[in-house]
Formats: sequence, C-alpha cells, structure tokens
Amino acid sequence: MSKDPATRDEAQIQAFIDGRLDAAARERMAATLAADPALAAEVALDQAHADTLRRQLAAIADAPIPHRLRLDHLRAQRRERQWRHLRAVAAGVALLATGAIGGWLAARSAPASAPGAVVTVATEAATAYRTFVVEVAHPVEVDTAREAHLLQWLSKRLGRPLAAPDLTRFGYRLMGGRLLPGSGGAAAQLMYDDPSGRRLTLYVEASRGSQTAFRFHEDGEARTFAWIDQGFGFAVTGPIGREALLPIAEAVYQRFEDPPPAGAARL
Amino acid sequence: MARDADARIEAQIPGLRRYAFALVRDRDRADDLVQDCLERALSHARRPVDEEDLRAWLFTILRNLHISAWRSARRRGETAPLDAETDPGQPADQERALVARDALGALDQLPEEQQSLLLLIAVEDLSYDGAARVLGIPVGTVMSRLSRARRRLRALMDREHAPLLRRVK
Repeated sequence: MSKDPATRDEAQIQAFIDGRLDAAARERMAATLAADPALAAEVALDQAHADTLRRQLAAIADAPIPHRLRLDHLRAQRRERQWRHLRAVAAGVALLATGAIGGWLAARSAPASAPGAVVTVATEAATAYRTFVVEVAHPVEVDTAREAHLLQWLSKRLGRPLAAPDLTRFGYRLMGGRLLPGSGGAAAQLMYDDPSGRRLTLYVEASRGSQTAFRFHEDGEARTFAWIDQGFGFAVTGPIGREALLPIAEAVYQRFEDPPPAGAARL
Repeated sequence: MARDADARIEAQIPGLRRYAFALVRDRDRADDLVQDCLERALSHARRPVDEEDLRAWLFTILRNLHISAWRSARRRGETAPLDAETDPGQPADQERALVARDALGALDQLPEEQQSLLLLIAVEDLSYDGAARVLGIPVGTVMSRLSRARRRLRALMDREHAPLLRRVK
C-alpha cells in the first residue's frame, strides 16, 4: 500500500511486468498497483516499452535465415577448412613430384566435369572486369587502407575466408575490392594495378561446378584464367597475354590451395 | 543425433539475429556476429542439452563476441561501420509515427549491460537465471538492475516526447 519506493518489492514488480508471476502473486500485485497509481503508471509504461521493443524488432526475427547462417553450410565450411589443411600437405608433395602445377592440375581434373560452371565464372569475371577496370573515380568499393576490414567483409559475404594473394613479384599491387552479385550468390572482386596503371582482377564466387583445371577465356582485351576448386569459382582477368597471365593465375591458385596459417602476417 | 542438435540450434537463429541487430543496428554486421557465434557453437563438442541452457549458452557466446569486437574497434579508433546504412529495416513513414515511440532508439542510449538485460528478458524471453548467466552477474542482482534499466528507459522515452531533445544521429 505504501507509496514509498524504498518499501517496494522490486523483484515482484519486475516479474509482474514480465508476466512471470503465478496467479496468486499476480493478484496481490494488482491490488498493490490499484492502491498506488504512480507505480501503476510506471508499470504500464514499462510494459508498453517492452511491447514497442518487441514490435520494432519483430521483422528481424521473422526474416528468412540467409544461407550463410545455415548450419549445413557452416559445417561444410568447417570440413572444408580441415580438409584443405590436410590437402595443403599433400599438395606440397604432389608439386615436388611433378614439378609443374599445370600438369598436376590437368591430371587431376575430372574429364566428366561440366565445363558450364567454369565458363560462367570466366564470363562473369570478364564482365565485372570490363565494368570496373575502366572506372577512374571508384574502381574499388573499399581500398587497401582498410585491407583487413575489406577482406573480413568480403569473406563474410562470400562465405569463405578470402585472402588477397600477394602479386608484387609480378609487379601488381592490391588496390582494393568490391562485392558483386554473381550467379552463385555474392562474388568478390579484388583489383590490382601495376606502376603503369594496368589493372588486373581476381574474381571469386561460390560455384556448384565440380573441380576443374584452368580454363582460358578471351573476351576482347580481357583475358581470363578461370577454375573451380572447393566449391568456389576463381578467375584472374587482365589485359595481358596468355603467357604472362598464366603464372599469375598459378600463383593465385597456390595461394588459395595452401593458405598460410591463420594469423600469418601479410596475405 | 547431430541433426537433432542442429535443429535445436537453428531454432535459436531468429532470436540470435534479433538480439545481434538490436546491439549493432546493422543487418549485415548483425549476421556477421551470428555467423561467428554459430561457428563457435559448432566447434564445441559438448553443447548444452537443456533448451534453456542452450539458449543462455548461445546468447553468451554472441554477447561476448559483440563486446570483444566493440572493444577492438574502439582500440583501432573506428567509429563508423564499413557499410554505413544503419537501419534498413525501418521505413521512413514508420519512423515518423514512432517519434515518441521509438523504444529501440532510446535503448541505444543505455549502457550495453542494461540494453542486453532488457533485450534478453523482454524480447528474447530468457529466464532471469538465463539472463544472469549471459551477463555473468548473480541472479540476485538481475531484478534490481532490470528495475534500473527500465527507469532509465522511461526517462529517455519521456524525453523523446520533446522533439527538440530528440537525438540526431
């Protein structure tokens, strides 16, 4: 009955607001509130605020769950990471044995694998290349000043860890990257340039195609090497000749096949 | 067996997304948090079997990830998220109607612990005990802290009625 806040039973009040009292306690609280209009007003406000919060947030919980949060997908990714780790060792051995990554790639590519998926990757990469490589003002969405953030961001949207291969030994420096719609979901495009301003892109998207060897694709100025590996399509596109582009594609391939341990300094 | 466990975790995803969104106010960043949370959860061999325990456990992981991301962002001196759209879920006309009824906006001005407490109890419907575990506080203090959080929110919502004092963000 008292209006002195010091004597209020806070636990009972909170539980009343949250609708967590049993019938008897609820009735006792109703009587208390009837005798204390100030408290009753506060309780009514608290309940209204909780309702508003729930209403304002309802759309988020009702939205369909995106693919990247599906446990099947996350599990597959985990297995892929573990598998890749094992394969990195095997790949090292295989490379030493054959001495030529091209031959090794060709040897293990399944002849039955449909060329469709890799062609899609190559043409999408070429289209994205043509669209953005000519951009002067905004060739990239996020530049290298925020490289860690960029890669983290693209990795999340893509659903796989993405590292930017170091292509400085070919004379190319990373400019930045952007996110694009690809046929298999989100696609990431990393852009590099050389001192003369020549630009080269690395395009990555999820792909349902089975593993393939390198596939060469020419589209006007833009030449592309594309391949599919571990559920992702990769494409390296540039305005340079096939012979100059191949070693870059191989370097990129190796970089993704055998990533340095997590936390390794420069990508 | 694993299917069962997955289904029980997946049932919590809508709530985890909602809680994450309320904390970071950006759908993509919220889903990033949820993704991290689920990856952590999957990497644990032993997951709570009891549903209430499972919920408290998942929300604890999510909140800890949020706090550590927030701390490291502050260390780096970052203030704005990369993708700067903050609330794509709220159309403008709806916003006008909510000038004085924007509990989510007012919530944003509370300390994180009070935000989480209100969200976990009022929105996610965790038990008082579950919320105490998520926040790492004794269950005995949940009620007094909840009361304090609600008092702050009332004061803030009251102020929202005066348009001049409305926070411009």
